Amino acid sequence: MSQPILVVALNLRGRASPQTWELLSVGRRLADASKSPLVAVLAGGGPEAARELVERGADRVLWTDDDRLQELNEELHAQAVLQAAAKENPAAVLLPSNVAGRSLACRLAVKLGAGLAMDVSEIEAAGQVKRGAYSGNLVADVEFQAPVRVLTVTAMLFAPAARQAGRSGEVQELKFAPGPTRTEFKSFQAEEAGEIDLGSAERIVSGGRGVGGKDKFSAIRELAHALGAAVGASRAAVDSGWIPYRHQVGLTGRTVRPKLYVACGISGQIQHLAGMSGANAIVAINTDPECPMMQQATVAVAGDMFELIPLIVAEVKKRKGAAVAA
Amino acid sequence: MGLNIVVCVKNVPSTLTVDVGPDGQPKTAGLVCAMNAFDEYAVEEAVRIKERVPGSTVTALTLGPEADQAVLRDALSRGCDAAAHVCGPEFAGSDVFATSKALAAAIRKLSAQKPVHLALFGKNSNDGNSGAVGGMVAAWLDWPGVLSVKKVESVDESSAVLWRMMEDGVDVVKVSLPAAVGTVKEINEPRIPSLKGKMAAKKAVIPKWTASDLGLKPEEVGLAGSKTKVARCTHPPARGAGTRVEGASSAEKAAKLVDILVERKLI
Ligand SMILES: Cc1cc2nc3c(=O)[nH]c(=O)nc-3n(C[C@H](O)[C@H](O)[C@H](O)COP(=O)(O)OP(=O)(O)OC[C@H]3O[C@@H](n4cnc5c(N)ncnc54)[C@H](O)[C@@H]3O)c2cc1C
Repeated sequence: MSQPILVVALNLRGRASPQTWELLSVGRRLADASKSPLVAVLAGGGPEAARELVERGADRVLWTDDDRLQELNEELHAQAVLQAAAKENPAAVLLPSNVAGRSLACRLAVKLGAGLAMDVSEIEAAGQVKRGAYSGNLVADVEFQAPVRVLTVTAMLFAPAARQAGRSGEVQELKFAPGPTRTEFKSFQAEEAGEIDLGSAERIVSGGRGVGGKDKFSAIRELAHALGAAVGASRAAVDSGWIPYRHQVGLTGRTVRPKLYVACGISGQIQHLAGMSGANAIVAINTDPECPMMQQATVAVAGDMFELIPLIVAEVKKRKGAAVAA
Repeated sequence: MGLNIVVCVKNVPSTLTVDVGPDGQPKTAGLVCAMNAFDEYAVEEAVRIKERVPGSTVTALTLGPEADQAVLRDALSRGCDAAAHVCGPEFAGSDVFATSKALAAAIRKLSAQKPVHLALFGKNSNDGNSGAVGGMVAAWLDWPGVLSVKKVESVDESSAVLWRMMEDGVDVVKVSLPAAVGTVKEINEPRIPSLKGKMAAKKAVIPKWTASDLGLKPEEVGLAGSKTKVARCTHPPARGAGTRVEGASSAEKAAKLVDILVERKLI
């Protein structure tokens, strides 16, 4: 049997991350291809959560529900993963491409003497991975010159591993014995309740300079609400103070990969496209039929968003109503 | 007293539109370069900390070929006090592993003169896009490393309270120094270089350090010291031609759009 594939499952604040299921599905594929076991290290969860990882494809789960792993402490989280890695000697370590996963990946790569690739979009069993460079304008094929690969995996690219009730596997406690840490957690302030995070959103509706004002952003929110989408924005909208920075999509904002991206009043400059060109489908609503976003779009609707959005919302509601009635 | 701060900067092409050469590598020769946009925030934050804590100094550090000295002069013109350039043909082909190792060695060298309290980094470079070097430097030096920092709430010679932007909210953490900090754009609004700064930058003498100056063996740096290699780059596949929704009225367009969304199971 060859060396295992190790998935890092981070349950911050006691919550499983949906990205863990995606890592398990990629990990399962790699493990099968190399006829090796898929091992998960669960930081911040107990045997119950560990069993779910088994049901979603792990052959073995090493769990620790140590309180100190409830919040991200990259030093301690890295120690937990390193402890698991020392036991398992993995060929690859898979982490989510979020702040926690990326922070950990840096330390793990150095400590394991591993090759690191961030934000990978494809992983070949033989070793190569693909990732974006120049903000997605190029795709780089990365080769490894090290026995261990540490990879953070782009969200929303791989189907989440389905749960197979009763699937068997080993569940063991990782006797976490942390060394000292110089990082002390003080507090966590959650974003507005009920807001969908851009990074894991299946649908996003974004507004740009064309929205024209802070109050007018309500149109974008309305459409987002009707479509069950998160709210995004261009830098022009953020810089105008119409919406907070955390909603910004693009080079200096978030990189997103939804199934559906609706760009309203966004011209589609390269720095915005850098953050969303990986969307499966792009809908552009713009008064300028020739702007780059309209040319990139899967579906382009020329017109004034303030005229179109209420009509689209009404149309969606009508069909939902019809679906409920039927 | 005061803090001894290092800020790492990178010279990168100013454009994101880069062709691929026959060797499969990005064709960057001759492209206009400038300080990586995200690094401007790290430089600004370093200078702001210097202004907050009397007696502090900021040293700008880069790894790159001869021409990258320009990015250090730019950092000096933005308020850094000194600079150091890790430079030599042996560094060619460095990935994040080798780059971070060399930068960590340079920070150790600076620390030998005067202990470094804080190393600041931009979110990521706009060419490589990894955002890994800051966290890896922290690991090499065995310092805590906090990425995605949007605010330095307080800082003194022994500790810093940092606001870390997570996907679902903001963490407040206190780290003991020395530490490495990765910044995000929200942390500040960078100032433009001052005339006085530009004059000082022009005159500054910038030391150049080779691998042996840093106590690194040839096999620890450059391509030899790297764990990854870009085999080739390609352009991502172009998006297929889209559908244009036509209609006599906005209502008709709206209905047609929703038809398409439902048909393609997008909603
Ligand atoms: C280093 C750097 C980093 C950057 N990072 C980012 C980033 O992360 N994200 C980002 O978005 N940008 C970024 N930018 C800025 C980017 O270059 C563009 O300036 C920005 O994306 C433009 O935003 P916009 O499309 O909303 O505005 P504009 O380009 O002004 O476009 C507005 C659009 O709205 C349309 N419009 C107007 N009224 C209506 C209406 N009533 N109905 C429908 N359409 C209407 C117009 O036809 C136009 O197409 C960056 C730039 C630089 C230099």
